Amino acid sequence: MVIRRTGTQAASPEQAIKIKIEDLSVSYSDGTESLRGVDLLIPEKAVTVLFGPAGGGKSTLLRMINRLNDLADVTEVHGHVWLDGQDVLSPETDVIALRRRVGMVFARPVVLPMSVRRNLTYGLELSGEHDAEFLRGAVERSLRAAALWEEVQDRLDEPASSLSGGQQQRLCLARSLVLEPDVILLDEPTSGLDPISTGKVETSLALLKQDYTIVLVPHSIQQAARTADFAAFFLGGELVEYAPGRQIFTNPQHERTEDYVEGRFG
Amino acid sequence: MRARNIGELMITALIRTTGYSAIVFVTMIFIFLLREGAPALTEVKLANFMQLRWYPIEDYFGLLPLIGGSLLVTFGAALFAVPLGIASAVFIAEIAPRWAREILKPLVEVLGGLPSVMLGFIGILIIAPAIRTLLNIPTGLTAFTGALLLGGMAIPTIVSVAEDALDAVPKTYRDAALAMGATRWQTIWRVTLPAARSGVLTAVMLGVGRAIGETMTVMMVTGNAPVFPTGLSNLFKPVRTMTATIAAEMGEVANGSVHYHVLFYIGIVLFLISLIVNLAAASVVFRQRKRAERILS
Amino acid sequence: MQTTIQTEKQRGISSARRKLVQRLGFAGISLAALLTVAPIVLIVIHIYSNGLPAISWEFISAMPREGMRAGGILPAIIGTFWLTLGTAVVAVPLGVGAAIYLAEYAPDNRWTRTIRIAIINLAGIPSVVYGLFGLGLFVLFLRFGTSLLAGSLTLAIMTLPIIISTAEEALRAVPNSFRVVSISLGGTQWQTIRKVILPQALPGILTGVILGLERAAGETAPILFTVAAFFLPRLPNSIFDASMALPYHLFVISTQVPSMPIRIQYGTAVVLLTFVLGMNAIATVIRSRARAHRQW
Repeated sequence: MVIRRTGTQAASPEQAIKIKIEDLSVSYSDGTESLRGVDLLIPEKAVTVLFGPAGGGKSTLLRMINRLNDLADVTEVHGHVWLDGQDVLSPETDVIALRRRVGMVFARPVVLPMSVRRNLTYGLELSGEHDAEFLRGAVERSLRAAALWEEVQDRLDEPASSLSGGQQQRLCLARSLVLEPDVILLDEPTSGLDPISTGKVETSLALLKQDYTIVLVPHSIQQAARTADFAAFFLGGELVEYAPGRQIFTNPQHERTEDYVEGRFG
Repeated sequence: MRARNIGELMITALIRTTGYSAIVFVTMIFIFLLREGAPALTEVKLANFMQLRWYPIEDYFGLLPLIGGSLLVTFGAALFAVPLGIASAVFIAEIAPRWAREILKPLVEVLGGLPSVMLGFIGILIIAPAIRTLLNIPTGLTAFTGALLLGGMAIPTIVSVAEDALDAVPKTYRDAALAMGATRWQTIWRVTLPAARSGVLTAVMLGVGRAIGETMTVMMVTGNAPVFPTGLSNLFKPVRTMTATIAAEMGEVANGSVHYHVLFYIGIVLFLISLIVNLAAASVVFRQRKRAERILS
Repeated sequence: MQTTIQTEKQRGISSARRKLVQRLGFAGISLAALLTVAPIVLIVIHIYSNGLPAISWEFISAMPREGMRAGGILPAIIGTFWLTLGTAVVAVPLGVGAAIYLAEYAPDNRWTRTIRIAIINLAGIPSVVYGLFGLGLFVLFLRFGTSLLAGSLTLAIMTLPIIISTAEEALRAVPNSFRVVSISLGGTQWQTIRKVILPQALPGILTGVILGLERAAGETAPILFTVAAFFLPRLPNSIFDASMALPYHLFVISTQVPSMPIRIQYGTAVVLLTFVLGMNAIATVIRSRARAHRQW
């Protein structure tokens, strides 16, 4: 099946580019090819949405940006992922520092088995930060940014596992903000959540994009349409179509994109 | 930053060293057994090893009575421990209500933790005299007594491993059988137990392995007479196992004497027997795991 | 399975008959379980009822007199205490370290499989063979002599496989998602283990350590040739001294010493049994408390 690509380089000229993905191909040890020759520009301080059917390579792409794929059985990687001009995939990259600049929120809320407070300060603990004042301030700042401060400010020392699912996921969002990253990656962050919690997360993202570069894999097309400043459609490990704003959902250029958006497969 | 890297590197290296320590220890054990036991091969003729008298004082080093004693006691223990052990495991895993399980599992664990010398103690004071009076035989210190107590020591091992294996059988298997109209009893014997077959086999092998290697209990209750067991009647006469021989006679031998080397040689034989039994048990587990991986993938 | 059950149905084997079979079968199995468990309870009751009368402050705090036939068993208690401590000092770091390696670092290759086979072997070696090994290496070759050092080292190697397997299981039980999160926040592997995985696995590791030490404390054969002495009029002063020990003491007074008062034998058995049961109880408490407080 031949896939013709459209609009892979189009990005608004006023927007600076934070991440440039150049001809990226990734294969796993069992032979499955996850990404094939992907070229993508991710503008800063905006929400870029990667959407498409399961197995399209979206999660793999996210995990290449913060090198979390080092933990998986990846055998072959070709291409580059430029973050602010530095190739993240190069062996000289300080992976620890990279992961502090690029935060991640996972599909299931994974709170660490600690108090709410320690969940948030854990990242700072890892980097050696001990100043109590600073930590306290960081906790409040990140909780406010995730719209969670009001709900948990009296419960900071309770186990994080005692929070509801929606609160836990927003805690994970706050946790990713504590290290003051440049980029936030979100892999289907609202897939287990009720509509109200989902709404709160999406509202937070709309505010956060003023300061952070956000790359989001949505769990539904509707979420993609609600949140995207830029959207990329992935199919079978390849980037099929890319466009700014909502137009990819209302006026897709490529027939496979149209099929997916219209719900003919997926 | 660099300091953390060096510290981390050192700790990782330390951890890797401890990981490999197991290989080092097994090798060392084998080497030292060999060092002290191999001379026996040159000092004692093979024919001497293969005859029926164990009487070191007069240079009779027949191993057959000792091997026979170990086999008889172990076989008797297995005869008794395997059915009881598997039945208890089935009871705990499949039949017992929650409250019973909470009591039984710790109790079995306690039995497993009882020191062998303590069971030997009970054997001498209570069980041996009881057997002597009940069966009207000259002494209660027999292979049978040893088999009884050894069985008691093997049961906890069999129960805990077999119970784990039965627990691991997916609930869907049982549900499917029950949905087809089977009774719970039929489900256990036709579905659950066969599904846990390899785990139960492992349990039995580990239990038997433990029985073969037991020392103090058998030394205290089997009468310590190195007589080759020729028939089942020997079950009710004293015997001596390989393990008891080493424990009983090592204290009296001179360093470097032939007797000394032969005792180490028996140790090598025991080491190899346990090696074979445990490797067999392990290979069953590995094979089962590979099969499960193939099915699930 | 399908055919035999349905064939039975077709052949008209009534469900009443099958229910009867089940009832009998369950009764038989329950009987078997009872037969397995009742002796344990009986033994414990028997030892305590016969031995408690012998327990007095003097018994556990005084030195033995008249060739062990009177007085106390303090040296045996102290000896077992030091041996258990010595075993712990060696076996715990080695065992937990090896468990961490296997659970967190070891790649899936032939070397790792060899390590696992080695551990399985160590677990199966008869205790008297450990005694021979300890004699050959520690007592003779390294010239430690019959000593607490030789005994502890021997017991430590014997206890190693138990600690490694329970500790590894405890580490593996911690959800992998914690590791992924810690790494994604910029943590190194060791930081992740130290700050998240190890603390969560601690109760399980502790349970395994206690059960392993309980076994080491009760073993006689490994200490027969490596540390045990029967009549030592003084307590051990250094790790190079030989020592008495509870299990060995029980063995000797019940088989080797003529006209040993039965009270003293049961008393010694009570002390040993209490030590073992106590450790069992501690391990059980740790395990159930951990299950209740688990945050995952």
